Amino acid sequence: MGWFRKPSSTPLWRDEFSVHTADERYVNRRQFTKFLTLTSFGMLVGNAWILAKSAIRRAPAYPRMTVAVAGEIAVGSVKIFAYPTPDDPCILVRTGDDSYVAYSQKCTHLSCAVYYEKEQNRLECPCHQGFFSITDGAVLQGPPQRALPRVALERKNNQLNAIRMEGGGA
Amino acid sequence: MFGNEFYVDPSRCIGCQSCLKACEECDTHRGISMINFDFVDRRESIATAAYVCWHCDEPTCAQVCPADAIKKYEDGVVGSSLKPRCIGCSNCVLACPFGIPKLVPQYEQMMKCDMCYDRTSVGKKPMCATVCPSQALTYVTPETIAETRREKPVNTFWFGNQKITTKVYMMAPADAGEIAIDVADYTWEGENGLVPQAF
Repeated sequence: MGWFRKPSSTPLWRDEFSVHTADERYVNRRQFTKFLTLTSFGMLVGNAWILAKSAIRRAPAYPRMTVAVAGEIAVGSVKIFAYPTPDDPCILVRTGDDSYVAYSQKCTHLSCAVYYEKEQNRLECPCHQGFFSITDGAVLQGPPQRALPRVALERKNNQLNAIRMEGGGA
Repeated sequence: MFGNEFYVDPSRCIGCQSCLKACEECDTHRGISMINFDFVDRRESIATAAYVCWHCDEPTCAQVCPADAIKKYEDGVVGSSLKPRCIGCSNCVLACPFGIPKLVPQYEQMMKCDMCYDRTSVGKKPMCATVCPSQALTYVTPETIAETRREKPVNTFWFGNQKITTKVYMMAPADAGEIAIDVADYTWEGENGLVPQAF
């Protein structure tokens, strides 16, 4: 808050709560006006920044990555991989003979790893019992508010390729 | 009466305790005296010392107060704790180098001498100074003191490395400079259990 007062070597609290009644001044009118003006100016700049950023925003480019080959995992089992960067763990589930789904493994609540719960056919986050649908990653129950980001898959010949992330702003 | 200063001369104190009684008369703290009254060395001497708050220029009590309850007013008087603010934590009691503040349990509040702020702020003398028969506590102008006393008023005290200047003056021998008090000297208890006193 150094902008709002005269330069001083004493700490702000000692200035504001001086033991001398003569020096006792909390926020005076000029400080308050400065505060209001600078704060509203800061909000204006912030909004302009958000506007400018959204105007020039481009869709991020995702790499194409081979996740698995067909038949590598059995029906109802999973494979953990990382996409799009090595720091983004994802989970691939083979839900049927010919159907695969993949989601980000980070729970949208507090980023715990989610696991496939085979009996209920859903994704479970064990930290706070958050459950996600296996079909579209939507929240079934628990504290998460947003659906799991989905990894779009593409089948080429015998290979399963991750081509981009969908949803979740990832 | 403005322009007066408070002078404390323990060598003139006769131990009558009139100051205590006069202080207790005050309506803001009736029955509780804000005078600090000491028997200097009770086994060896009948000497007594009565003194008030020294009203330091940089009051340690106020600096350590976490509730901002002790204020130094513009005329240099350090007030007693403000009732709505004081939380009775005793920080000031422990911090004051002179041992002035007292926690009053029935009020759950620190109370100390405020130099009769209701009186001195309108030009009257503090109660203790009006009743002291030997003028060990006196509230007069510096000129009067210079004319009537041999001793020299001193308001600089050293406690170890802490230098304290005060509004209230101590009458010291004419050749004394600043009064230096090594706190360690007065916390040592001798083999015979006697505690050396400050005055």
